[in-house]
Amino acid sequence: MSDQAAVIGTRGAAPRRLPLSETSLVQLTLVRFREFWREPEAIFWTFVFPILLAAGLGIAFRNRPPEVLQIGATSPALAAALKADKSLSVRLLNRGAGEEALRLGRIVLLAVPGDASSVVFRYDDTNPESRTAFALAGRAIQRAAGVRDAVPVSTAIVREPGSRYIDFLVPGLLGMNLMGSGIWSLGFAIVDARRKKLLKRLVASPMSRAEYLLSFLLSRLALLLIEVGVLVGFGVFVFGVPLRGPVWELALLCLLASLSFSALGLLIASRARTIEAASGLMNFVMLPMWVFSGVFFSAERFPEVFQPFIRSLPLTAVIDALRASMLQGARLTALAPEVAVMAAWLLVSFFAALHLFRWR
Amino acid sequence: MSSSEGHPALRVRALRKSYKDVVAVDRLDLDVSYGECFGLLGPNGAGKTTTIEICEGLLAPDAGTVELLGLSWHSHAVQLRQRLGVQLQETQLSEKLTVEETVRLFRSFYYRGAPVAGVIAMVQLEEKRAARVGALSGGQKQRLAMACALVGDPDLLFLDEPTTGLDPQARRQVWHLVERFKSAGRTIILTTHYMEEAERLCDRVAIMDHGRIIALGTPRELIASIGVEHMVEFAVGDSMPRPELAALETLDGVKAARLENGSYQLQVDELHRAVPALLADLARRGVAVTELRTHSATLEDVFVSLTGRHLRDE
Repeated sequence: MSDQAAVIGTRGAAPRRLPLSETSLVQLTLVRFREFWREPEAIFWTFVFPILLAAGLGIAFRNRPPEVLQIGATSPALAAALKADKSLSVRLLNRGAGEEALRLGRIVLLAVPGDASSVVFRYDDTNPESRTAFALAGRAIQRAAGVRDAVPVSTAIVREPGSRYIDFLVPGLLGMNLMGSGIWSLGFAIVDARRKKLLKRLVASPMSRAEYLLSFLLSRLALLLIEVGVLVGFGVFVFGVPLRGPVWELALLCLLASLSFSALGLLIASRARTIEAASGLMNFVMLPMWVFSGVFFSAERFPEVFQPFIRSLPLTAVIDALRASMLQGARLTALAPEVAVMAAWLLVSFFAALHLFRWR
Repeated sequence: MSSSEGHPALRVRALRKSYKDVVAVDRLDLDVSYGECFGLLGPNGAGKTTTIEICEGLLAPDAGTVELLGLSWHSHAVQLRQRLGVQLQETQLSEKLTVEETVRLFRSFYYRGAPVAGVIAMVQLEEKRAARVGALSGGQKQRLAMACALVGDPDLLFLDEPTTGLDPQARRQVWHLVERFKSAGRTIILTTHYMEEAERLCDRVAIMDHGRIIALGTPRELIASIGVEHMVEFAVGDSMPRPELAALETLDGVKAARLENGSYQLQVDELHRAVPALLADLARRGVAVTELRTHSATLEDVFVSLTGRHLRDE
């Protein structure tokens, strides 16, 4: 019974100071990480899903490059003259094949040499692309013949990052992700522990209740770093989404947002005894924000009477602040109203949760 | 932290707890000495778990006092938590953690305690050290729960139905653990509705029913208190005439007779006189016996003789 001697009676010995890695706060936080990493679904929804969504929507709503118009010409000289315009893709065709291609819509205009040095453009004037091709082809022919513009014109193309849909979308998805992971990770884990009577067992041990809640916070912050980093990094490097505000201010906004949603998750989890009850509550809380808070389109599209309600939702404040910081370079001082809404949700939820929380 | 001070390990006085209109614990008094293994025995709903959870500081009583190791929950909750080991009914430890991670987590809550590897060895889970809790059998999970209760090297160990739902072999492994803890001179309070468990492990038992203690003593004392040493059970064929209970009670060596679910149960003090007398009597009446069993009186019989009911309604 040598192992017994090693266990019973050891408490009477002089207390051995535990190494830092064996202290309760570190151990509790490690448990949070382990439970997260060992749940493949959680990793998918937290890290992979937002990227897939951003990628999918980014591709669907990408800004197309200016289109090159397909036209045909029936003589080499004509074709060479038309090729001078980069917006036209010219195919040399005989008359029959050209008419056929025009009918089938493979080309939008066919240039045919007319009497003397004239040119006939054959096209459908009800088709906007054909009309554009007509204008471009006409100008190309005139320039090839030596005509110069009476008024010199120069152009500046405006196609700015920050005003595209993907730029609008990434901060929205970031806010939605902060909400989902904050509310789910706390709410689900706590209700699950209560349901399994694990919470009761922990409370029957000398565990510090504050450290238990703190462990959720610490693991949340560490995961936040990865979560935000992955999504913002994807937006910046793949789609060139701008980060006009200071990065540390964006980090601070994400931190505050995550704390607010975590507190909300804690409040939702403070009493529920079953996963079903908790899921219902979470959806009840999150659904209005998915709809109203402007993840996919501007919240300003909703009627004026709803605006005070929409403005007071935490996700609206988070997304507005993230967009303003990333896209317009707004500083924290300018975002005081949004920050105030987030802080109010954080404090009210946290203290209500502490008051209501049921450890059994 | 000596165990020989002038107070018992557990002292409960006039404890009361009711849920809505059900009185779960009804003016209960209890004393448990240091080094004792004390059993709370009773059917489901007798108030065992409510009593033990009040003692563990998990429930507040409506009235009455609880003193553990000379300390009370009001004034010394933090110290008490450090010195108690607790195993609750139906706790599910996190399935995604390994055995070692779970024990290490619980170890981190105690200022002083046993080495993690030592506790895992003691509950014989060394081979499962790196296994996920979700992959353990029922008996292994229960031993892990015991490890979590023992890792703080407690002075007082609470076990709430430690072997409910386990197969006989797993049950014996848990008993073995309790005996080793007991042999180290520590105090144990356990609840159970298994007679053989209480008889084997407990120095003293309190039989509870409807929130009260209806009998208290060593298992031997309690069994002796009903004045019967043996039980004889028999059954007769369906078409046979039924012997009268009153007639059976007049037989030599028989003290009392009961009929339950078609089976006769006789309380007997001298087996060698009662059984021949019974068989002779039945033969004279022309009644064929289809079953005949005898066993020594148990705590179950004590409960039956006190309440007329069985501990487990199966």
